[in-house]
Amino acid sequence: MTGNVMSGDGTGGMERHTYDVVVIGAGGAGLRAAIAAHDAGARTALVCKSLLGKAHTVMAEGGIAAAMGNRWPEDNWEVHFRDTMRGGKMLNNWRMAQLHAQEAPERVMELEDWGALFDRTDDGLISQRDFGGHKYARLAHVGDRTGLEMIRTLQQRAVELGIDVFMECTITDLFKDGDKISGAFGYWRESGRFITFEAPSVILATGGIGKSFKVTSNSWEYTGDGHALAMRAGASLINMEFVQFHPTGMVWPPSVKGLLVTESVRGDGGILKNSEGERFMFRYIPEFFKSETADTIEEADRWYEDKKNNRRPPELLPRDEVARAINSEIKAGRGTPHGGIYLDIASRRTPEFIRKRLPSMYHQFKELADVDITAEPMEIGPTCHYVMGGVEVDADTQESAITGLYAVGECSGGMHGSNRLGGNSLGDLLVFGKRAGEAATAYGSSLGADRPKIDEADVKAAAESALAPFEVEGGENPYTIQSDLQQSMNDLVGIIRTASELEESLSEIEAFKTRAKAMKVEGHRQYNPGWHLAIDLRNMLIVSECIAKAALAREESRGGHTRDDFPGPDAVWGTKNLVVNLNAAGTGVDLHEKPLPVMPDELKTYFEEK
Amino acid sequence: MGYDLKMRIWRGDQSGGDLEDHTVEVSEGEVVLDALHRVQATQAGDLAIRWNCKAGKCGSCSAEINGKPRLLCMTRLSDFDTSETITVTPMRTFPVIRDLVTDVSFNYEKAKELPSFAPPPRDADNKRRMQQIDVERGQEFRKCIECFLCQNTCHVVRDHEENKPAFAGPRFFLRYAELDMHPLDTHDRRELAQGAAGLGMCNITKCCTEVCPEGIRITDNAIIPMKERVVDRKYDPLLTIGNLIGLRNKDTEGRREV
Repeated sequence: MTGNVMSGDGTGGMERHTYDVVVIGAGGAGLRAAIAAHDAGARTALVCKSLLGKAHTVMAEGGIAAAMGNRWPEDNWEVHFRDTMRGGKMLNNWRMAQLHAQEAPERVMELEDWGALFDRTDDGLISQRDFGGHKYARLAHVGDRTGLEMIRTLQQRAVELGIDVFMECTITDLFKDGDKISGAFGYWRESGRFITFEAPSVILATGGIGKSFKVTSNSWEYTGDGHALAMRAGASLINMEFVQFHPTGMVWPPSVKGLLVTESVRGDGGILKNSEGERFMFRYIPEFFKSETADTIEEADRWYEDKKNNRRPPELLPRDEVARAINSEIKAGRGTPHGGIYLDIASRRTPEFIRKRLPSMYHQFKELADVDITAEPMEIGPTCHYVMGGVEVDADTQESAITGLYAVGECSGGMHGSNRLGGNSLGDLLVFGKRAGEAATAYGSSLGADRPKIDEADVKAAAESALAPFEVEGGENPYTIQSDLQQSMNDLVGIIRTASELEESLSEIEAFKTRAKAMKVEGHRQYNPGWHLAIDLRNMLIVSECIAKAALAREESRGGHTRDDFPGPDAVWGTKNLVVNLNAAGTGVDLHEKPLPVMPDELKTYFEEK
Repeated sequence: MGYDLKMRIWRGDQSGGDLEDHTVEVSEGEVVLDALHRVQATQAGDLAIRWNCKAGKCGSCSAEINGKPRLLCMTRLSDFDTSETITVTPMRTFPVIRDLVTDVSFNYEKAKELPSFAPPPRDADNKRRMQQIDVERGQEFRKCIECFLCQNTCHVVRDHEENKPAFAGPRFFLRYAELDMHPLDTHDRRELAQGAAGLGMCNITKCCTEVCPEGIRITDNAIIPMKERVVDRKYDPLLTIGNLIGLRNKDTEGRREV
């Protein structure tokens, strides 16, 4: 179902639907949740801002982390669990990390049942590749286009099951009846007409917030919609100070600055060099990872073939470590002509190997930068890639503090702690997508006929709020505000932070909020990107404030949060999360501390020094 | 190294439209989508463009540039002379929604008509085994980013609205071929491909292959082998005799017609 078959018969062009479960977002998490809800017997709607199959999951390159043991029989969920917790600097929700590690292998096998064609090992099993922070080669992959394979497989499965899909349809508000979710409100991008969903369960699967930053690997869709919808419905967010800057984004040409260069380049043998030709990562091995990281080039190079007797190369430290190191090298004046660092695989692997293992990277650099990665090094630098923070949810069901409201994938928080390991995102989408779909269905069924109702006054208010940007006289263009916000976040809340800059950013965000109240869009409601941006911008502003506020409060450096004025980790901060809520007036963000969930003793033993 | 680029952009909707002239400053290394975004941000805030990844991976920004079906995000301005006017129009085979955005629901409807992958049970250890060399054929086809440029350029449906109901188009012949070559699939979809999907209407002019941004050899590797397999099944005299005298037919071994 697309906007084209919309009926305009309803009052005022309002279209209404009733479902058991409404899933917002059709990337990996949303698709997997919709499939699970459908399989559990729910009438399910899948609503997405773009066409089906275009969500950002498509951009995932490296693979799905799952301890299947196909290459290393020593691998198991316990090792994966330990790697995940250590990668997140122990701030992860232990239960989510455990469930993820335990269930990811079966979720990958399911994809194969549904037609995914993974690369194979010599004995015909699903191949697994090396990635940063993972002890064993663990990422099920398809060249360097694993995300495309995953989304297409899930898309084809959803189509096979006949799940109703509402494409190019944006949700702008959630409805509640008392303290329970009762539905959702949105508009068709194509026609601008409104649509209301009545449903007791809503699953947010809207992805991240990357578009708040200037240099990002994220597309226009990633405006923190789910984060903001949840907050406005009364749910809380955790870990918002932790934003992952992927170490390797393209830096040239300017038009593709930030575009992702997969970690697989390093997993498959690529190394990082500064302008002096030095393989500098050996100087940046932190104490926390010393015992498992090679300290000589010889040992690092032997590791690819012999993992038992050698430690991993420092290029494969978790992403936060590598991004900080690259940032320091560039700041110290050892950057490349276009302000990056060299990522070199050309001198380390044969052209055939590179084209086979990294076909889309080869294509991307050839087409967009005129660089042949089999013959010369790439120029790369950090890019805003992923937000660890998101809706605070119950680990087993993904339900938020609001009854009937669930969050999965990037827009949920907790699973990745302060830093996500590469490959753990795709697994996260599958494992928790399935759990949320099942839990949302079970809750809806438990209600029987006694479902929460939508208040018509709320529908009217939602429509007025969506149309507000058309009513303004002589206001400002939303594109200008967005671009100023992105620059400000990049400059003041980026990879390295200090109190003074964070304070400055908070006052700039206040100013953007004032400007946004008076923004004006031209034209009419039919496929009008200016209007769409004006609506999304409100979400971007609220999540930006969450990030800046939490970043200012956390006076330590940990994972994806680095404070110049508090350079090391702090044991006390290591015991607590920062929780943010919308304030009572609905105009800003309140913040409080909350102790981490306590890990059971039997899991603690995995982290004792041997 | 910036310069002023002259563009002509089609603007309008179902009721009609026209090319609109814009001059926009562009710089080195930019693609057509960058220029359009600048027009959108500074001159025409409501210019409708469909796009997502801006990296040639999602297949959203398909349009026609100087009459050629291409992705806006993968067409570099350096491919054109700086004095050249670049004309951008929506894909012609699909109905216009607004400006450069077309209604591609034809493709999503066709996708629903295709019976999906049907594997046998897993091996005893709960895993599946396939050889790399066997999955590679299907992997080439699964590189498809569903930009629908092949559908747009295919002369069977371009300017031939009447053929659309009976013709699935190159993107879905690719899908038929992928499943047909899948080492584990248990369905035989040849009858369906030839009949309901209209494989026979394709006369292999390779236009689809030429416009594929992923470089998939749609005609040579998918459509022609698929046509051959359909023909084998229907007209191979040895096969026909074999069937008549009850010889076991390896051609359909392990597969059931759908």
